[in-house]
Amino acid sequence: MKRFLPLLALLALVISIQLLTQWTGTTYYLTQLTMSGYYAVVIIGLCLLMGYAGQISLGHAGFFAIGGYMSAMLTTRNLISFQNQDWVVLLDKFGLLAARQDLYGEAILAFQPWLAALIAIVLAGTIALIIGIPVLKLKGHYLAMATLGFGIIVYRVFLASEIFGEADGISGVPGFPLLPGVIVTGSFGARVGNYYIAWTLVIVAMVMLINLINSRVGRALRAIHGAEEAANAMGIDTARYKLKTFVLSAVLAAVAGVFLTHYNGGIGPSEAGVMKSVRYVALVAVGGMANLWGALIMGVTLNFLSLRGFFGSYDDAVFGAILIVIMLFAPEGLLRLNLAAKLKKLFSGGSRK
Amino acid sequence: MAALQYVTWQLPMTSELFLQYIFAGLTYGIIYAIVAIGFNIIYNTTGIINFAQGEFVMLGGMIAISLNPLMPLPLAIVLAVLITMMVGALIEIVFIRWLDKPSVLRLIIITIGISILIREAALHIWGEGIRSLPYFIGNEVSSVSILGTRISPQVLWVMGVCTVMVILLSLFFRYTLMGQKMQACAANRTAATLCGINTRNMVTLSFMLSAGIGALAGCVMSPITYTQYDGGTGLAIKGFTVAIMGGLGNSMGAVAAGLLLGLLEAFSVSVLPLAFQDAISISILLVILFVRPHGLFGRRDTAALKEF
Amino acid sequence: MTILEINNLNKSFGGLQAVQDVGFGVEEHRIKAVIGPNGAGKTTLFNLISGTLPFDSGSVVFKGEELRGLKPYQIAERGMARTYQNIKLFPGMSALENVMVGRHTRSRAGFVAGMLNLPATGREEAEIRGKAMELLGLLEIEHLADIEAGSLAFGQQRAVEFARALAAEPAMLLLDEPAAGLNMNETAEVARLISKIRDLGITVLLVEHDMSLVMDISDEIVVLSFGQKIAEDLPAAIQQNQEVIEIYLGGGDD
Repeated sequence: MKRFLPLLALLALVISIQLLTQWTGTTYYLTQLTMSGYYAVVIIGLCLLMGYAGQISLGHAGFFAIGGYMSAMLTTRNLISFQNQDWVVLLDKFGLLAARQDLYGEAILAFQPWLAALIAIVLAGTIALIIGIPVLKLKGHYLAMATLGFGIIVYRVFLASEIFGEADGISGVPGFPLLPGVIVTGSFGARVGNYYIAWTLVIVAMVMLINLINSRVGRALRAIHGAEEAANAMGIDTARYKLKTFVLSAVLAAVAGVFLTHYNGGIGPSEAGVMKSVRYVALVAVGGMANLWGALIMGVTLNFLSLRGFFGSYDDAVFGAILIVIMLFAPEGLLRLNLAAKLKKLFSGGSRK
Repeated sequence: MAALQYVTWQLPMTSELFLQYIFAGLTYGIIYAIVAIGFNIIYNTTGIINFAQGEFVMLGGMIAISLNPLMPLPLAIVLAVLITMMVGALIEIVFIRWLDKPSVLRLIIITIGISILIREAALHIWGEGIRSLPYFIGNEVSSVSILGTRISPQVLWVMGVCTVMVILLSLFFRYTLMGQKMQACAANRTAATLCGINTRNMVTLSFMLSAGIGALAGCVMSPITYTQYDGGTGLAIKGFTVAIMGGLGNSMGAVAAGLLLGLLEAFSVSVLPLAFQDAISISILLVILFVRPHGLFGRRDTAALKEF
Repeated sequence: MTILEINNLNKSFGGLQAVQDVGFGVEEHRIKAVIGPNGAGKTTLFNLISGTLPFDSGSVVFKGEELRGLKPYQIAERGMARTYQNIKLFPGMSALENVMVGRHTRSRAGFVAGMLNLPATGREEAEIRGKAMELLGLLEIEHLADIEAGSLAFGQQRAVEFARALAAEPAMLLLDEPAAGLNMNETAEVARLISKIRDLGITVLLVEHDMSLVMDISDEIVVLSFGQKIAEDLPAAIQQNQEVIEIYLGGGDD
């Protein structure tokens, strides 16, 4: 049970931060901490893929966006004008539709959020499975370009489709009734509750991924990353393991997309953009590639600063600079950086040449 | 969707419209080819795919636009190309040169980071606005008549300059000592080092060369395609598509593939919404990567010898 | 009983015929060695048998089943394990973890079981760990269990690689130059180990350069030269074979 001690510490930290904001009257920080929590779920999923299975993805914002957009579209698309059609009647009969009123009192009949979320997540997983089969046969530059290409296509499709709101995206997304009385929503009164919802999701995801990397599967993934040919000769179906990891990380991204979209009440095309994907990769890299805790800590910290507007108009530039600096000086990640040893190596290397 | 296609296919494709598409396709195609050759030059000497390749094109255009009010246009372009070459050299010296056997993943991430930094720097220097160089001859309404259709003389400039660049590059690699040294690095870096070639300098040179040709292409295309700080990413993806189609490292293949992609895109406008135009080249890229990663013209077994 | 049957195996790289019409059988519970000068096609032959490389023509039949077209992991699942001439351990993992990976084909926990860490998964994990420790004990390196595999001495790495291959409880073990890079004492140690493995009931096929090792422990020997089989006999007979002696003495380029 030693592996869960840090998780208990995390739980304590989450609670103390909330209490601290309460005490100092700075609960507005919780909004960005909630959002950072959801982004962290994408990042730890990508960490599993990049750090443990050794596969880069420059298209993970695409999966996040598929989750968010599908859920947003299904829960906001008004079916009231179709309410007499058979399929709408049938869906309604099974309780799969939800009626509500929008801000102006207009009646809206749309998909039940749970069903919408399920469709969104299954779709993201299925797309990951379909493109993963050919994409994961590629290596290095080819894999990077193929996933980048996938991300751009997803971005273009959302940007160009009327049903997804084109450049405006989708707004007016209703809250997500997680449990009776527990709703994922950005409304002012639900701030504290939603902070805990987000961080519960983070902790659940962490528990599952920590279990996974300490299991037979995690061992197989590290073996693949270290020496693929030998792993295959040990009976590990390397292609299948990479594919499953890819799908798992895509599903985590989609889940985060669904939650954050309901929390924000909408989603726009920038969530699918290449810069978002690059940012996720940057955060995994800073955290140390094969280091779930590093990815979580760096992901939350930097996203929080970014969301608070700490980097001003240099936001993207900061993440670009982080990528370069980390890859130049600490490819194993900032948290594992042994500065003294690095400097020593740099100087001895310099004098040798 | 099907109905829409039916309608567009019914539109009479006049020979004039047809020629317009051909010229548009060739113009963009040759630009893609230049970007692809830029990829190839660096790939051949280092095995690196430089994700910042598109930014060189943007930089060339932007710098020339800024210099143009201060001096004659030809001088502005020459200076812009030289400055971009310096940027290319600087990137190699600062970020790449001293790395000891970096992994492919590391290099990918570094060049992506470089492309972001250049783009963001451009955003802060030149803003989000769309800029362009003036037409080299005449203005946006002047045209010349070719084969019964009217096209802008700038189109001829683009095609002419890019064609000359391709020819000069192939002469450079074939007949000059420097070019042959670079070729030697491409074939076998260790052997080249043993023969007394300074492979590190060759790598710097390859960055300068590919930055230079990108910048020149960025200048000649600026009047018709305009220049914007974030124009590099799209060009990089298309240039990479073309480089892969032509077979990575094969510059003549890149020219053929570039023209092919340019034409495909130009004609796709008549059947697909403009917003999906980018999706076409990316789809082609994905299909090629899956089906023929060694390119349309390359041979599978020689491709297998390269490290991807 | 013949456990492995190779018939008319061919493989060429471009114009080079690396393996040409090679055929032989391996009897169960025996040690069979493939010898030959450098470039004779020994390692290529191994890669063909274990599925790392596809062969051009011929057949490889293992336990009555044709292996053509199977991936290396599928061949491993059928009970064939291997080691590498230039040792391919998993870097960044301890010696114990390396051996535990070898247990892959004998365990089942998948993604869902791994994520939920069910009681059954925990029991399986304990079984894997126990078996791996047992094997490290068998190879007398249990004190190295927690050391990162890449930082071990060469001979120790070889022992870890043996343990990893044995963890799959294979019916047959392919050893690619197990004595390469070892000194005389270590080679003798390896010879003892291989006999021990055979005594566990595992069939051994090895490729080897070191003649003394091969002559000591092999039950039968196949000699390759330039991709072709030139002899197959008992060690004593191979030692008297004029053609073999010529290859080894006359070729003398290594």
